[in-house]
Amino acid sequence: MAEITILEAVNLALARALEENPDVVVFGEDVGVNGGVFRATEGLQKRYGAERVLDTPLAETMIAGMAIGMAAQGLRPVAEVQFMGFIYPTIEQMICHATRLRNRTRGRITCPMVLRAPYGGGIHAPEHHSESTEAIFAHMPGLRVVIPSSPLRAYGLLLAAIQDPDPVVFLEPKRIYRMMKQEVPDDGEALPLDVCFQLRDGADVTLVTWGAMTHETLQAAEQLAAEGISCDVLDVATIKPLDMETILNSVAKTGRCVIIHEAARTGGVGAEIAAQLAEHGLLSLFAPVQRVTGYDTIMPMFKLENDYMPSTERIITAVKKTLEEA
Amino acid sequence: MTNEEKKCIAQFEIHHTQLLNQAGELVGPLPDFAASYETLLALYRTMVQTRTFDSKAIALQRTGKMGTYSSSMGQEAVATGIGHAMRFEDVLLPTYREYAAQFQRGVAMSEILRYWGGDERGMAYANQPHDMPITVPIATHVPQCAGIAYAMKLRKEARVAVCVLGDGATSKGDFYEGINLAGAWQLPMVVVVTNNHWAISVPREVQTRAQTLAQKAIAAGIPGEQVDGNDVIAMRHVISNAIEKARSGGGPTLVEAMTYRMHDHTTADDASRYRDQSIVDEHKRLDPIDRLRKYLTANHNWDDDKEKSLHAACAAEVEVAVNDYLETPPVPPETMFDHLYETLPDALQAQRDEVEQLGKQKKGGDHHG
Repeated sequence: MAEITILEAVNLALARALEENPDVVVFGEDVGVNGGVFRATEGLQKRYGAERVLDTPLAETMIAGMAIGMAAQGLRPVAEVQFMGFIYPTIEQMICHATRLRNRTRGRITCPMVLRAPYGGGIHAPEHHSESTEAIFAHMPGLRVVIPSSPLRAYGLLLAAIQDPDPVVFLEPKRIYRMMKQEVPDDGEALPLDVCFQLRDGADVTLVTWGAMTHETLQAAEQLAAEGISCDVLDVATIKPLDMETILNSVAKTGRCVIIHEAARTGGVGAEIAAQLAEHGLLSLFAPVQRVTGYDTIMPMFKLENDYMPSTERIITAVKKTLEEA
Repeated sequence: MTNEEKKCIAQFEIHHTQLLNQAGELVGPLPDFAASYETLLALYRTMVQTRTFDSKAIALQRTGKMGTYSSSMGQEAVATGIGHAMRFEDVLLPTYREYAAQFQRGVAMSEILRYWGGDERGMAYANQPHDMPITVPIATHVPQCAGIAYAMKLRKEARVAVCVLGDGATSKGDFYEGINLAGAWQLPMVVVVTNNHWAISVPREVQTRAQTLAQKAIAAGIPGEQVDGNDVIAMRHVISNAIEKARSGGGPTLVEAMTYRMHDHTTADDASRYRDQSIVDEHKRLDPIDRLRKYLTANHNWDDDKEKSLHAACAAEVEVAVNDYLETPPVPPETMFDHLYETLPDALQAQRDEVEQLGKQKKGGDHHG
């Protein structure tokens, strides 16, 4: 079996969904003929037709709004916003309608839609192309926010998102779109949502992260292992709703926790995890929880983006800080 | 260069339809449907019923038995025409003054009262599976209408999506994004702009420099026309033509319905702060219900006895709905979690338990107190 990238796994999952379910419709800007600016939808229009794989006019509010309308009629729309920096016009549609339709109608009308967007920094992109603002969506009741970090999880979680009966924002870490390859069997098997994935078993400290930061976090864990420090690494994957049980169980084992995310620190999803650790796991902690995150600044343009994003060194420093406590 | 020296490459016209003038006299060719007394009576009945409901709803709010309410007084012909022109399997995306259409489509008066009484169960629409609930944010439902219409087109269904919005809504990008897609993809949808002259306190003239709102369709490459929205026969006729055109693959239409908001924006508003009563009084002469009554009186032997018995029947129906509303069983607080997702995520179970527990304590306290 050939090994594929996250990007190819996204494409494979979309193709599988289009193949298996005639209600699945894929659309967005440059998604059809061009196959998406990152090529996530390459070849899909040719295989599944221009009625199901569509180029839309350039209007993000409309992309989200039409997805809601389609979903309300029982289709399974998978809409793409080209970059997370352009997702903000969709927020009103998502918070006022997508997330509320089931609740407003007491289940009479539902909204099984997926809003996909590449997100995060590190690809030397122009302004507005590098942000990690997942916390905005994680704050919305009624929504799921899912972030894969490997080809296997991109395939399985995207299928799960499409099959889910409720709206899902699916954020693809574009920095690692082509960074790693894995064998991904095209078996149509979805992975579970709402659960963390353990990426590395360890006893001394819990590292909680998601998206592209899993890469630096695993690197840090590897380097720390050489120094005899054993890290339990969790990929949160579904940041809304949060699987705190897995995180609390890990912290009960290690007594230490470092949360790593690319997004700005204040009000980030890491703050919610830290708050819940304080509420439910304080007594198992030997040291204060550390956060290694982007700063509370505007995401800088690419000359400084590597200074903004958490590095392996910053993660190692934070881990060692938690180990200084008795 | 002067315009005479430049070449004209495109020209557009906006047409206006009126069939009954304000005196209730026929001023255009009578559409086939309007030859039927039963049909005209059904339209008249819906308008009277809606106005009776409206007065009662305002009274419920004023006496503290309901929350803020948005009146459709004076605009009844618009939604009556829309509702009558639609098939049950079509989809309506209403805003908050289309009760007349909703009632014709199976939404219960008690459900609308429940909604304004602060209860989501008022959007469950027990007898209307297709329609979207009332849209409160302005114009956000136009793109949704396009999505619904695309689903119908993809499945090759002979169905149409009808979206209703106000004059102020045409200033929003969502409106334009939605009608642009409707044109680009030739979607089976009809967009009705209810021009009631007011977006809360901002009059239509301040809203836009455009001479008509119908002409906004031109930029989207779709037909736009204007209709006398206080003339229910014209309204039903124009909307029906637009809907059937869309149903047969002829693409979308934008209809601007000219009417007037006779009441405050909502019961929380006081229109006397920004408009003269004299203007409102002037518009009373254009009233849609008076107009059809005059026509029925002149052409179908409508009389005071029939009028009285119709009003009595409508009042009785509204009374039943009000009683049903007032007797709505209380909603257990923990149900706020029950339609958030198909299955409540584990992460939320503890919060639900907390609310349920607090609710039980409160209920117990009420019982003993």
